[in-house]
Amino acid sequence: MKRSNLVAAAVLAGPALIVIAAFFFVPLAASLLLSLTDFDIYSLADRRALHLVGFGNYTSLLADPLFWRAMRNTAYFVVVGGPLSIAVSLGAALLVDAKVARWKGLFRTVFFLPVTTTIVAVAVVWRYLYHPRFGLLNQALAALGFAPIDWLGDPAWSMPAIIVMAVWKNFGFNMIVLLAGLQAIPERLYEAASLDGAGAWRRFTAITLPMLAPTLGFVTLLTAIGYFQLFAEPYVMTQGGPAGSTRSVVLLMYEEGFRWWNLGRASATAFLLFLVIVAVSMLQWPWRRGRALAAQGVRP
Amino acid sequence: MTAAQRNPALPMRRAAAVIGVHLLLVAAAALTLFPLLWMAAASLMPAGEATSLPPRFFPSEATLEHYRTLLGRLDLARYLGASAVVALGATVLSVTLNSMAGYAFAKLRFPGRERLGRLLLAALVVPGQVGMLPLFLLLREMGLLNSYLGVIVPSMASIFGIFLVRQYAEAIPDALLDAARVDGAGELRIFAQIALPLCRPILVTLAVATFMGTWNDFLWPLVVLTDDRLYTLPVALAGLFGEHLQDTELMMAGAVVTVLPVMLVFLLLQRYYVSGLTAGGLKG
Repeated sequence: MKRSNLVAAAVLAGPALIVIAAFFFVPLAASLLLSLTDFDIYSLADRRALHLVGFGNYTSLLADPLFWRAMRNTAYFVVVGGPLSIAVSLGAALLVDAKVARWKGLFRTVFFLPVTTTIVAVAVVWRYLYHPRFGLLNQALAALGFAPIDWLGDPAWSMPAIIVMAVWKNFGFNMIVLLAGLQAIPERLYEAASLDGAGAWRRFTAITLPMLAPTLGFVTLLTAIGYFQLFAEPYVMTQGGPAGSTRSVVLLMYEEGFRWWNLGRASATAFLLFLVIVAVSMLQWPWRRGRALAAQGVRP
Repeated sequence: MTAAQRNPALPMRRAAAVIGVHLLLVAAAALTLFPLLWMAAASLMPAGEATSLPPRFFPSEATLEHYRTLLGRLDLARYLGASAVVALGATVLSVTLNSMAGYAFAKLRFPGRERLGRLLLAALVVPGQVGMLPLFLLLREMGLLNSYLGVIVPSMASIFGIFLVRQYAEAIPDALLDAARVDGAGELRIFAQIALPLCRPILVTLAVATFMGTWNDFLWPLVVLTDDRLYTLPVALAGLFGEHLQDTELMMAGAVVTVLPVMLVFLLLQRYYVSGLTAGGLKG
């Protein structure tokens, strides 16, 4: 076996691993190096203009209020948008999973449809829904007797507006994952609890939530990582405005790198975001271990 | 004896639950569909009607003029073609490379397999943007900027894709593969003729996910393509949006054209896609 097996493994796994090494791991390492240089538009034309600056980019970023603003905006999106997304996903999953619910497949499909769309297209639609004068949202508010809100023009409302759109677009994906988690919970647990007189809420908190915890942890991690990379929504809807209230870290990186061509500084921005994401993933490890245990014990 | 037989109040409560659950489901579905339906309706309205007061939800008379403008004067068919080339190219390459590697990780023994697997798994949390700037410089050196290959390159193989296939392929019985080996089949033939057909459901999942991801991707094509004749649909749409901010109905038609192909692919293949997502890949 051995030799032919080795050749086969090289032939089969080789191409994908080479692609991943060349276009993922090498750029990742290069990004760290690049972040230690002053690579800018002059270096792009002539490599002799390139200098090592040590942690200069990092210290200047950490002293830059624009960077901290972008970090705060991104954290706002992750901390408010993430849990909201997951709550909506869980609600939808519970409804579709409800024993009395009919047309489950149809509802599941409908809830998933926004996930298939591209952010640019739905941003176009939502910009009009949020229009201060003609937008249907403000029309609805006016009908209920509320004053109009300048959703994308008011720094206090711009991020909530983007969060609502993101939740609408994304909740279907996590709903599918949570639905699978719900369906894996053994029915007999609910039956036993019902016989013991547990009501719906008690069954939810005592059975559904703990049994679903590993899946929830996993979904939370994926969502947080995804939400840290906020870019297209503010790029299309607000260009980071008004007053910088929606400029995310990735948007800052994009502007720094591809508008001003400060590739060194942009790489440092990306790396700082990466460190934050790694730190957040570390916080998630207990969850993931729990998930691994549950996956061994209670598989569908 | 069920709970319902013991307690006469329960049928009433059950009816209330049935009604409540369906009211919530219908309300949630309506909220979910509303932006999409309004997008479709507005794209058919004569110019100016979408921003009239009081608001209109249906076109007074449906017109295709915006679609004609998009496909004619604004040359949207070109961008549609670009998106199709990029998404289909990435899908074919990614399904091929990831299925090969996923099978190798699941069923072939080679030195360093476990360690490599752990390294790849750990790298799953690394966001693509971190390496984006050096990748841009690399593609510039390779002369791949402003080319569709340049857009496709980072999605040709993915860690997610490898694990998706690996998880699924692990369920293939070793006895089946060993029997083929005893019959003298080579490893590559075993992969192509036995393993690959068994993995078909997960390959459909991977194909739909890759197609959706690359068709909808915005940041990377925005970076790689600077020549506006080469734009993919989302990049072109974002550009149009800047120029035609006032033409609501026209932009809605552009959004419909951008969104519809992926939606159709999803609706056609959703059975495989959804079961694949929940059965294998996300158990990690």
